[in-house]
Amino acid sequence: MISGADIMVKCLQAEGIDVVFGYPGATICPFYDSLYDSDIKHILVRQEQNAAHAASGYARAKMKPGVCIATSGPGATNLITGIATAYMDSIPIIAITGQVRSDLLGSDSFQEADITGACEPFTKHSYLVKKTEDLPRVFKEAFHIASTGRPGPVLIDIPMDIQTNEIESFEYPDSVNIRSYKPNTKGHTVQVKRAVEMIKKAKRPIIVSGGGVLSSGAKLKLRKFAEMTQIPVLSTMMGIGVMPSDHPLYLGMLGTHGRQCANEALHSTDLAIVCGARLGDRAIAAPNQMEKRAKIIHIDIDPAEIGKNVKVDIPIVGDMNNVLKSFIEEIDGFKINDEWDEKVKDLKAHFQSKISTFDGYVEPRTLIGKLSSMLKAKAILCADVGQNQIWCANNFRIREGRFFTTGGMGTMGYSIPAAIGAKLGLKKRDVVVVCGDGSFQMSLNELSTIKQNHLNIKIIVMRNYRLGMVRELQDNNYNGRHAATILNEEPDIVALSKAYGIDSVEVSSNEDAEKYISRIVDNDEPFVLVCRVHPDTPSIL
Amino acid sequence: MKYTLSILVENQAGVLSKISGMFSRRGFNIDSLAVGVTYDPTVSRITVVTRGDEYVVEQIEKQLNKCIPVIKVKRLVEGEFISRELILIKVHCAAAKRFEIIKIAELTGAKVVDVANTTITLEYCETAEKIQTLTDLLKPYGIREIVRTGTIAIDKGKAEVTI
Repeated sequence: MISGADIMVKCLQAEGIDVVFGYPGATICPFYDSLYDSDIKHILVRQEQNAAHAASGYARAKMKPGVCIATSGPGATNLITGIATAYMDSIPIIAITGQVRSDLLGSDSFQEADITGACEPFTKHSYLVKKTEDLPRVFKEAFHIASTGRPGPVLIDIPMDIQTNEIESFEYPDSVNIRSYKPNTKGHTVQVKRAVEMIKKAKRPIIVSGGGVLSSGAKLKLRKFAEMTQIPVLSTMMGIGVMPSDHPLYLGMLGTHGRQCANEALHSTDLAIVCGARLGDRAIAAPNQMEKRAKIIHIDIDPAEIGKNVKVDIPIVGDMNNVLKSFIEEIDGFKINDEWDEKVKDLKAHFQSKISTFDGYVEPRTLIGKLSSMLKAKAILCADVGQNQIWCANNFRIREGRFFTTGGMGTMGYSIPAAIGAKLGLKKRDVVVVCGDGSFQMSLNELSTIKQNHLNIKIIVMRNYRLGMVRELQDNNYNGRHAATILNEEPDIVALSKAYGIDSVEVSSNEDAEKYISRIVDNDEPFVLVCRVHPDTPSIL
Repeated sequence: MKYTLSILVENQAGVLSKISGMFSRRGFNIDSLAVGVTYDPTVSRITVVTRGDEYVVEQIEKQLNKCIPVIKVKRLVEGEFISRELILIKVHCAAAKRFEIIKIAELTGAKVVDVANTTITLEYCETAEKIQTLTDLLKPYGIREIVRTGTIAIDKGKAEVTI
């Protein structure tokens, strides 16, 4: 005989899960008791939301679903922001929640919450398990749904009695057959041919790449296609890292907080080849103007994204790998004309960052640029949300590494737990967090998790005693009335970090910041570097 | 513009709230909604009547297809399907008016299902338009109560909505 809880552990093992993130409670105790005997490493976070973010960081690093666990009621509801973040950012995570006993369901019993109902708008799919016998199928389906098609979070809610009940034996299914879920990955051959013809006729084509290129693992194919054709590449926030930042064909991030040269290229183009991007309002502020100016080829695994925000001339539903492979085969030595090539080079060359510095403060954009070259080529940078995110997006020069941030949801407090997940996924990589003093204080409790698990994560806090991005918005749109954006009387972050047992120092010049970074970059200890930043430092260049 | 959608879904708990939640969340309109199990007991069929332009209905179809338990979505073509609603209508009816109302029922094809001292109840299964005609005819007598199902619809001829 085998219990539901033991089955849950065996299912995770069958999926090759070696680390999970969670926070226990009464209704998930049977599972925790089984987990205790297993070889799966459990990371105890300090608040459930961070378990979901850590699972997201792990998933992005390992390119497979991350797992987070919480108990019923408040444990489960605390997960929601993390689940919603993964949903908006298309990150595959499996959220496992304990639930009150089946016979108590619906009676408003202690720590009962309808979590499958509450998460309905933010999950790709969810299960409330009714029978212990169903567990292997449910886990197999959940991992399949989370990681195929457009990735996203799947929730499995498991009442306590389902965990304690015993059944005869455990057998993990080899395959999944969900008749209503068969994502189309191939890419319609005729549409691909039409698209290639359109590219060949285009005078000023560009590639707009999003997170889909990264999650499908197609970044090298995209690079190859761009290099073959010399078509310049822009990326969305979620697409940062598809091209090395210094690649001659890469123009940077587009959108309201993007690079001027990227936006100018977007304005000049007559054909945008949109790859795995949903073109949200931060990326394309005026979609109807873009529709008038240029033709659009939109490639995405999720048919519902095509034609949603921007009208499309050629839609292609499929996996980026397959579609780009067909593009490479069909493109026939096409190269963009010299005139467009010159113009793009010109845009890039004339783009100059005008950075004004403040004496006695760290200039964050210069520092982030410098940081890129001080880390190993494959470093992972986790940026939070706010001005720090924009500084990182536009100034961190990615080589072979990754850039993790929440571009879709924009959840403050994401970076530290995401870094924990990333580090546990890829232990040998440099993992660095850049956050603001606002976002730092949203997840600083995880310093405890970092310390307890000896995780070598370097945290850079850009401290301006402000909620900088909202303050900037207030300066521009609300007559400089700084309602609730001033963080005076803030705690001493250096002392606070030291209280958690993590070494920390505060610096007020780039020179000092770089000195400390070079000193700590190769050691094996976590560190919190607090950089004093002038409140008037703008988000964009 | 009105659109009628036939949606085949897994016959599981929670599917209806998933579908109706998607409509309200994304600001899509539901004029009528009817659900029932199909010949295959594992599959339910939802008929939704919605309003919008071509863009809206296309978005609805795509978002429906994205819901995991949705097996198939079909937009029925105007003039190429049969649609019905069922209505039970209770009308105030003194003995003197009974004959008149029974005559209206005969003319429209409605069925008298209950007669009492001061009321008469008709059953009528027809298109939304014809149901409107009947209720208009009965209005002067004093409608006491109306119970109405959502629209159900089926393709004419060989066309069908199956898995």
